[in-house]
Amino acid sequence: MMAYDVESGDQVHPGNPVTVDRYTGGARINHWITATCLVLLALSGLALFHPSLFFLTGLFGGGQLTRAIHPWLGVILFFSFAGLFIRFWKANLWKAEDGTWMARLRDVMTAREDRLPEVGKYNAGQKVVFWSMSILIIVLICSGLLIWDQYFAQYSTVETKRFAVLIHALAAVTIICVWIVHVYAAIWVRGTIGAMTRGQVTGGWAWRHHRKWLRELVGKR
Amino acid sequence: MANFEYVLPPAPTTNVKTLYGQEDMVRRSASSVPAPARQLTPVAKLIDVSKCIGCKACQVACLEWNDMHQEIGYNHGVYDNPLDLTPESFTVMRYTEWVNPETKNLEWLIRKDGCMHCADPGCLKACPAPGAIVQYSNGIVDFDHDKCIGCGYCIKGCPFNIPRISQVDNKAYKCTLCSDRVAVGQGPACAKACPTHAIVFGTKDEMKQHAEARIKDLKSRGFANAGLYDPPGVGGTHVMYVLHHADQPQIYANLPKDPRISPIVELWKGMTKYAGLAAMGAFAVIGLLHHVVTGANRVSQDDEENAKRLAGGRR
Repeated sequence: MMAYDVESGDQVHPGNPVTVDRYTGGARINHWITATCLVLLALSGLALFHPSLFFLTGLFGGGQLTRAIHPWLGVILFFSFAGLFIRFWKANLWKAEDGTWMARLRDVMTAREDRLPEVGKYNAGQKVVFWSMSILIIVLICSGLLIWDQYFAQYSTVETKRFAVLIHALAAVTIICVWIVHVYAAIWVRGTIGAMTRGQVTGGWAWRHHRKWLRELVGKR
Repeated sequence: MANFEYVLPPAPTTNVKTLYGQEDMVRRSASSVPAPARQLTPVAKLIDVSKCIGCKACQVACLEWNDMHQEIGYNHGVYDNPLDLTPESFTVMRYTEWVNPETKNLEWLIRKDGCMHCADPGCLKACPAPGAIVQYSNGIVDFDHDKCIGCGYCIKGCPFNIPRISQVDNKAYKCTLCSDRVAVGQGPACAKACPTHAIVFGTKDEMKQHAEARIKDLKSRGFANAGLYDPPGVGGTHVMYVLHHADQPQIYANLPKDPRISPIVELWKGMTKYAGLAAMGAFAVIGLLHHVVTGANRVSQDDEENAKRLAGGRR
């Protein structure tokens, strides 16, 4: 029986060092489309969020274009992320060891992997990022449609739009913070970024950070 | 006629400036301005609802002066035409048939709707584009269309639901209080056209005095609750109404009783803006500090050996 967290394409290649296929080409393209949209959305959104960042509209060809492009980027991101969601949701289901992992966050932050439970393809931190992104993107697309006045102004009242614009701003701030955690974790934990560029990690990386997943992959062969 | 006409500050004859500029700004959206170089006399438009006959001369004058072409609409069975403010119609007459519960009389309430030129403008507070909305020291709140990005935040900020976004150029439009006329010592086009002097224009002090006399007159005619609509919730307005039923402004086509910038907008443009930047900054700084303190989390040679043993062990 295939473990819940083994995704299609995950595979171990013995060698020196051992290499492990973590993300297929499709998953990586899907990820980078989403990532590009998220960064552009953050930049264009921040430009309208605080006056000190209004200069960022220059990246998009001025205020009018920034205002026009931002929601369309959101639509692309929504569908692109939906692709990621379909790929990754199962491996991100919460498991017993995730609670233990979370309870030992201090050991996580001090890189004491020896004190952490063995985890599957994703650890509890990654799962929190995944589900936060999923929920926040739904909140952002819904509140965003309500304030996309160019096409949808007549479908809600001004009072509803006021709530929507506040919720949109709060959700956007939160998702940017989640994104910072996501990017920082990928940088701090060396050997991670290769998973999303070349699609591979080393066996040692998988042993250190996702040992349960590695064991499942070895057992599968 | 002395009761109707007010003497505006004398029209300049030399060094005529046809537009207000930086030196007259007291507020500028999404940016700050230095203290204005000169203080203009605060002006106000006073709309005496009790004198309005609903002729729409003001609407026509507004269209004409601002060179706008409101699309010909349909008769919806009511006098209101167009039914609502549009990017082309900065002002509309709103007609309400109201039965006074005390006298059982049908009263035909006609209110000229349009920008109130709040002293504390919600549109300006909400606007994210630097300089797209400005407030001059005479109280006029004006849109600078070259800087407008068409986001519609001004609509969310406005307690009176006034600005409208054009589908043609994606910019927000509203009454300018004829800032281009006032700048050269003229009154607004609507006031000029009003045949009953229901709309008068002058300094804010003069308009308050004029309103007082009108209210006294209305009270003597049995309108005990006649009063001035100059709502303090938005710091007062530079367009004021004389209402025969000032105790219930909402009967005049939902004129808000105690308008103020929505607390949601205050939260969005206040706390959220600063707390949001602080939160994002804090996450970035904590990440940086964490990396400096703990160093990179590297895979050790032991890890690779263990992986090799595991991967090879099952061959």
